[in-house]
Amino acid sequence: MSERAAKVTPAEDEQDDDQITDSATPDAATADTTATDAASEETTDPVTTGAESVVRALENAGVEYAFGVQGGAIMPVYDALYDSDIRHVTMAHEQGAAHAADAYGIVSGEPGVCLATSGPGATNLVTGIADADMDSDPLLALTGQVSTDFVGNDAFQETDTTGVTTPITKDNTFASDSDRVGSDVSEAFALASEGRPGPTLVDLPKDVTNGETDREPDEPKTPDTYHVQEQADPEIVAAAADRIENASRPVMLLGGGVIKGEASEACREFAVEHEIPVITTMPGIGAFPEDHELSLEMAGMHGTGYANMAITHCDTLIGIGTRFDDRLTGGIETFAPDAEVIHVDIDPAEISKNIHADYPLVGDAETVVEQLADAVDESPAAKKWRAQCQQWKSDYSMAYEAPEDAPVQPEFVVEALDEATSDQAIVTTGVGQHQMWAAQYWTYTEPRTWVSSHGLGTMGYGLPAAIGARLAADDDQEVVCVDGDGSFLMTLQGLSVAVRENLDITVAVLNNEYIGMVRQWQDAFFEGRHAASDYNWMPEFDKLAEAFGACGFRIDDYDDVADTIEEALAYDGPSVIDVHIDPDANVYPMVPSGGDNGQFALTEDQL
Amino acid sequence: MKRGLEGPAPEERPTPAGRRNKQGIRIDPEVEATHEPRRTVISALVAHEPGVLSDVSGLFSRRQFNIESLTVGPTEDEDRARITIVVEEPDPGIDQVEKQLRKLVPVISVRELEPDAMRRELALVKVDAADPASVSAVADMYDATAVDSSPETATFEITGSRQKIEAAVETFSQFGIREISRTGLTAMARGTDQTAGADLTAQPADEANYSDATQPADDD
Ligand SMILES: Cc1ncc(C[n+]2csc(CCOP(=O)(O)OP(=O)(O)O)c2C)c(N)n1
Repeated sequence: MSERAAKVTPAEDEQDDDQITDSATPDAATADTTATDAASEETTDPVTTGAESVVRALENAGVEYAFGVQGGAIMPVYDALYDSDIRHVTMAHEQGAAHAADAYGIVSGEPGVCLATSGPGATNLVTGIADADMDSDPLLALTGQVSTDFVGNDAFQETDTTGVTTPITKDNTFASDSDRVGSDVSEAFALASEGRPGPTLVDLPKDVTNGETDREPDEPKTPDTYHVQEQADPEIVAAAADRIENASRPVMLLGGGVIKGEASEACREFAVEHEIPVITTMPGIGAFPEDHELSLEMAGMHGTGYANMAITHCDTLIGIGTRFDDRLTGGIETFAPDAEVIHVDIDPAEISKNIHADYPLVGDAETVVEQLADAVDESPAAKKWRAQCQQWKSDYSMAYEAPEDAPVQPEFVVEALDEATSDQAIVTTGVGQHQMWAAQYWTYTEPRTWVSSHGLGTMGYGLPAAIGARLAADDDQEVVCVDGDGSFLMTLQGLSVAVRENLDITVAVLNNEYIGMVRQWQDAFFEGRHAASDYNWMPEFDKLAEAFGACGFRIDDYDDVADTIEEALAYDGPSVIDVHIDPDANVYPMVPSGGDNGQFALTEDQL
Repeated sequence: MKRGLEGPAPEERPTPAGRRNKQGIRIDPEVEATHEPRRTVISALVAHEPGVLSDVSGLFSRRQFNIESLTVGPTEDEDRARITIVVEEPDPGIDQVEKQLRKLVPVISVRELEPDAMRRELALVKVDAADPASVSAVADMYDATAVDSSPETATFEITGSRQKIEAAVETFSQFGIREISRTGLTAMARGTDQTAGADLTAQPADEANYSDATQPADDD
């Protein structure tokens, strides 16, 4: 008998004793059926409280994991979770809970769920929610709230959570009714992934979750006012197809929406059939195999020179599931200035928000790409253009030098990690130079293997994301976190979680004892004045890992790289490699912010 | 040791001739085209639930839409409220306002009203009443209704277009204005034309944007 069953509310106590069965839901109206159900099934006990209906809503939605931290206002929900098969992963900090859930959502395609108590619990989630919002990741946040009669009185641990999160959620709800609260959660779950994914939040006042109810939650369904257009206007599709057929310098630009919309396969087929060079945005990494001849990899601020040349010189840009973020476009004036733009997006508001769309195609990425595939009869005559792109690939190759006697170059480490792992391996990162090297020097071939913080650029994302990714990934998929020393330091308490759960993840900290990306900008734009970017007080991460109960490694020179990586990957559990890299290494190419993508710098002198 | 990558330097690379303007539209760099802002009225039908007004006003402030006025009130359906917003933006901005509004989950439909839509504001104007005869003559001129009077003051209610209210305020100012309180603008489409109703929800945003499609007639 579960502990929860023994804990009945006073009202229930007065019930006839012999109606109280083993699984104890002695609600007068449902007691009869409970007796029979309890004998046959374990999960069909009727709900008795708002909190139970919240948990039931999660169960109905097929939620397997929830990430969170306990607390006063969320306790009723945790109490209800106690009896559920949903596995709750207690995190060391709520920011980590949100990132873990976010990464879980990226890898699995289903909304990740995070929980926090009111006040500080909820505000600690904020960074992770904002991160999910910027990257359109499906995420459901459940926050405790003080009882409704205290709301507005500055009660202990009260924060206006719906107010705080309105600008960073797709939708949020203050649950005010025990009978509705389960359905509120179902609806929020459905909203998180339908159409353009994003974070949703339900704020759960303690009296509402504690309150009695026998109302089962409705099935996960978006509200009537929410509309998603699946198919693009056929007339515009026809016009766009015509444009593609007549293009002489076409490129496809695949954004994160391609991966979220499960359109990677359709895009690959389309590109290969019509021999169109493919560029990805950073969130679009993995949408197209980077080892394919047509791949020009990533464009933008630290994109490859060839991708940036191609995007600057194309005459037809087929942008799919991208929001034309400024890190991609650089200065608007010089972005693909000769190109007619075909823009496929499920969110009408993205069309012509930053870059005017000549052919706006609102709809589901996979559906619209299939529409386009049907409409395009002849491939564009772009042989010369493809040759030009190949030429750029060799002109601006991503080569680096790694002399034996010099400090370890970060690119080498990234490549070594890539080599030691399979194509299915998942990479998570922090934010900074290491993130860019991980994007540039790892060859991604599969969607949902690149898990990084793009729009918000959140340092500290990598480790909690690795935890969420690990739980969403297949058992034979490796999970590697390429982190920076500064980023790792922000959320490394998550190691305690990884150790407790025995999660097989490998963290490679590219340790330059700088917050390197800042140091790089200071060198380029602030006359080398390293204001507060010198982190030469870093702990020894391998020893720190050991203190947490993880396995620690250290790399100081090239001789150690391959063997240490192999050992760390082989270790069954969390391991941390403190990789001491060349502290002066910088990321190139680079387009200064707001600059012209075609004018990327290859060295510091060119900035 | 080499720092950085190899390849032709920026000045050795070809550059395209084209340019885009700030709104991301391709332009002839010789004729630098920009869109001038215009003032327009947007009507939104929304679910009548707590928080919807802050959702909408928050959207306007965080997206830096240039908002002139925003009013909200119940409709014939108790579950629906109507929000009327006056914005001043270039056309691509107005388009964004509508699309972003439409994205909010409690928003049922959104449309820009035709220039001939009925538009009304209300103002309460409290003036010094030292010369009651002249004050009441001015009030008559603007169909203002006296709603309060005291030995020192008279308060009038004026409804009408913004221009009318501005003219009235201007004329009243000769007597000395003590206080003004104005509502924002509310508006409604004429005749059988629906202001912003449930059937407009599915209005495909892509068509309105498609360069080959004809612009709606209300684009003045
Ligand atoms: C939470 C947060 N704070 C500050 C920044 C600003 N920032 C961007 S990159 C960077 C440096 C990151 O340093 P590190 O994690 O050591 O990575 P490196 O650049 O050295 O590889 C900083 C401070 C940020 N992105 N996120």
